Amino acid sequence: MSYITKPSARHPRLPTNALGLTVRDYEGSMSTLCAGCGHDSVTAALVQTFFELDVEPHRIAKLSGIGCSSKTPTYFVSQAHGFNGVHGRMPAIAAGANAANRDLLFVGISGDGDSLSIGLGQFCHAIRRNVNMLYLLENNGVYGLTKGQFSASADIGTTSKRGEVNAQGPIDPINLALSLGATFVARSFSGDKKQLVPILAAGLRHNGFAFVDVVSPCVAFNDHPGSTKSYAHSRSHMHEVVETDLVPLRAEIRTDYAEGSVKLITMHDGSVVKLSKVAEEYDPTDRRGVLNHLSETGARGEIATGLLYIEEAGADMHGFRGTVDRPLVDLPFEGLCPGGAALEELQREWR
Amino acid sequence: MAHDSTYGVNDFGLKIATVNGTGSASANGLLLQALFRMGVPVSGKNVFPSNIQGLPTWYEIRVNADGYTARSPDFQIVLAMNPESYARDIEEVVSGGWILHDSSRELSDEFKRDDVTFLGVPFADLCVQRFDGSRTRILMKNITYVGALVALLDIDMDVVKGMLREKFATKQHLMDANFIAIELGYDYVQEHFDCPLPIRLETMDATKDSVMVTGNAAAALGCVYAGATVGAWYPITPATSVMDGFAEYCNRFRIDPETGKNNFCILQAEDELAAAGMVIGAGWMGARAFTPTAGPGVSLMTEFIGLAYYAEVPSVFFDIQRAGPSTGMPTRTQQGDLLLCAYASHGDTKHIALFPADPKECFEFAVAAFDLAERFQTPTFVVSDLDIGMNDWMIPKLEWDDDFVPDRGKVLSEEELEQAERFYRYLDVDGDHIAARTLPGVHPKGAYFTRGSGHDKYGRYTEDSDAYVEVMDRLLKKVESAADSVPAPDMYSVEGGSRLGLISIGGCHWAVLEARAHLAREGAQVDYLRVRGFPFSDAVEQFVDEHEIVIVVEQNRDEQLRKLLLLETRCSKRKLVSVTDYGGHPLSKGIVLEGVAPYLELLAVEVP
Repeated sequence: MSYITKPSARHPRLPTNALGLTVRDYEGSMSTLCAGCGHDSVTAALVQTFFELDVEPHRIAKLSGIGCSSKTPTYFVSQAHGFNGVHGRMPAIAAGANAANRDLLFVGISGDGDSLSIGLGQFCHAIRRNVNMLYLLENNGVYGLTKGQFSASADIGTTSKRGEVNAQGPIDPINLALSLGATFVARSFSGDKKQLVPILAAGLRHNGFAFVDVVSPCVAFNDHPGSTKSYAHSRSHMHEVVETDLVPLRAEIRTDYAEGSVKLITMHDGSVVKLSKVAEEYDPTDRRGVLNHLSETGARGEIATGLLYIEEAGADMHGFRGTVDRPLVDLPFEGLCPGGAALEELQREWR
Repeated sequence: MAHDSTYGVNDFGLKIATVNGTGSASANGLLLQALFRMGVPVSGKNVFPSNIQGLPTWYEIRVNADGYTARSPDFQIVLAMNPESYARDIEEVVSGGWILHDSSRELSDEFKRDDVTFLGVPFADLCVQRFDGSRTRILMKNITYVGALVALLDIDMDVVKGMLREKFATKQHLMDANFIAIELGYDYVQEHFDCPLPIRLETMDATKDSVMVTGNAAAALGCVYAGATVGAWYPITPATSVMDGFAEYCNRFRIDPETGKNNFCILQAEDELAAAGMVIGAGWMGARAFTPTAGPGVSLMTEFIGLAYYAEVPSVFFDIQRAGPSTGMPTRTQQGDLLLCAYASHGDTKHIALFPADPKECFEFAVAAFDLAERFQTPTFVVSDLDIGMNDWMIPKLEWDDDFVPDRGKVLSEEELEQAERFYRYLDVDGDHIAARTLPGVHPKGAYFTRGSGHDKYGRYTEDSDAYVEVMDRLLKKVESAADSVPAPDMYSVEGGSRLGLISIGGCHWAVLEARAHLAREGAQVDYLRVRGFPFSDAVEQFVDEHEIVIVVEQNRDEQLRKLLLLETRCSKRKLVSVTDYGGHPLSKGIVLEGVAPYLELLAVEVP
């Protein structure tokens, strides 16, 4: 594979956002994934989200590990700094980077191999640490780059392209995230951009670890009738329980909502996430209730989607650590080095 | 084994054998500090088990008026407080020496020796009679033995009491108890034995410009002074106290006065892999970041170290070495990670490494490591060890130049990027093998992809041979060019030069210096070079060239420094011989003398 440059020509009447940028300004280089790969649709949703949120491209830090999904940061926002790290270890890089410069917008892209096998520990600890970032798991149930081995998210009984049947139980990232205390948990489908974009937008506005599990079919190795991560299976088994909408900072909320049908969550930056119930009696702020709901619907073979759980009031990693508001990288050296006189004084205690 | 036999005033070794977890550490620290305050050069070596409570533990104090602070295994007096280790403790005292033991229970005949003097003090009984509560009795027993030693060794009681007053200034009841305990021991010994012993203290004036500190505390302080803001780590012996120290000094010097918030961020990682990743993430953003660890941690970090090398991310790693391989002996010292640190990770990699010999250099090299890491945009190691890191060392007072400006390396500013036509991350514009970097969030033109996968000089993904090789060749030259920037070797030459040379590294220095002085007194003059940085500067190769035989003294089985010298210089394999010592104790003079002896015929002298 070589570096493929996209033509920079654009339609003269493309709409612009508040920064005067078009959606093309949020694109990256040409994807080298297989035609029809779910990941490319996720990339498109991200591009759309950044555009809609008027994000300055160079204020984004995009990170990934290793695998098909981890290639995708190259395919969006070329003016953002990217870090393609090592397999399963993106969360650590993101935590360190966020510790150093909390003002950037952190987006991590991973896959089921990255997050649920080699990097399961890092994934769990990023949740516990509540690193302020949008964390995507592009979930397809297989290892694509190494040609079709089952991943840890493959359901029992699913078959590989070569006909093997998976007997081991899957790790459900949603359950895992919820049980570890994640403060933003969503599931969506690469083929449902309408649902995905507002979830990604809300995730970027969330103060803490915003986890989005995106079922993203692998057309080369896992889009067949024996798979539960295929386009067909996803479309027929997914049920949206909550509809998400992000009301940007500057917009006014005008509509009065019938009590109980809608939840308005004010985000850290003042924007508002509007959650409209689809499933009855579903409360996306009740962790135990959500876990129960998922357990019941899951037993029926349904895949609940939407922004499943949100908790906005908690502290992120910096809150836990008591770090200054100003990014550490912006602190001048003079204020960091105690100087000669302080050294002299300290050493009196070493006598 | 050759050793001096002239022991006496301000020149002896004391070994204290106690039970781990009984509070003896603070009593031993009190003793060490008291001698230091009396102006007498002193060193303390803590020989402790990997255990919280119950196993035998030892503390070795060496008093030496000439200022030699290397470990000496010759103990003139042993304080035997632990029946479990009586056999070996009593065996370890030199002939003609003294054994101070707890006589609350009679010493079994099997331990008796007729060439040493036994001094029995009923420490336990004295404390049981005088104090209530089992915990208090156990703790006070330690202070009682301090009192006994004060009398036997003529330690200045006023100094000791002064220290107790400082320590318990706000806890009157503890101060009272400590005073009672110390006098219990003191009075008993004065009453029953001739005091002081021929081995004793006399006030000197040799420590007034010195301080007493551990290498890990000094390294931590170096990180604070270097402006490090992000520290990530996973707890591991013997590196944990580096981060403890960093937290302590940050809480003292780095709290924002207006908000009370932290001008630093310490992240306790889930493992060493994550700790390394955090450091690299922070380094990528432009923060000075570090992780302290030991050999097992470096093993886990190697994947990330390769990434930082290849993607050129400044990062600082402290390896406080302990005895390996595998879990090895976590509480014993060694220099077994030299090759690991030099070449950590798969593929072709090579790293800058600094080798401090004492806490003073831990401080200085910590500061230097951040400068080197940023100037050369590469992982940089400070390779210390358990002996330097965890033991209290007497060192010259640390100094700081308030005009110090950190070397942040080539980092393009917002203005520079604004004016630049285009930016390519790995382009060697200046011809010095170092490409300029940009920091995320500064300017849209500075954006690039940091990656551990194949890339060309423009920072683009590549699988093209020529483009890949071009970057790899530059990286090699870049790291090699650091040879002149790492701390220069420490050299000691004989006038006119010797045919025999010694090379050592790290904490071996002090035993080698002492052995060299011993040899000189016997008429055997040898040159000596201590390696302080890697890659080696030309001076190292030149030193080997100028000598017929070079003896490499190091603390590992596999002659790692010797191998590194053979790999990285054009030295002849025959010329370099090794003296290795890897049992886990800090190096002592006798081992060096023994190792050097076979080669002294080259100098036509015989040294007993």
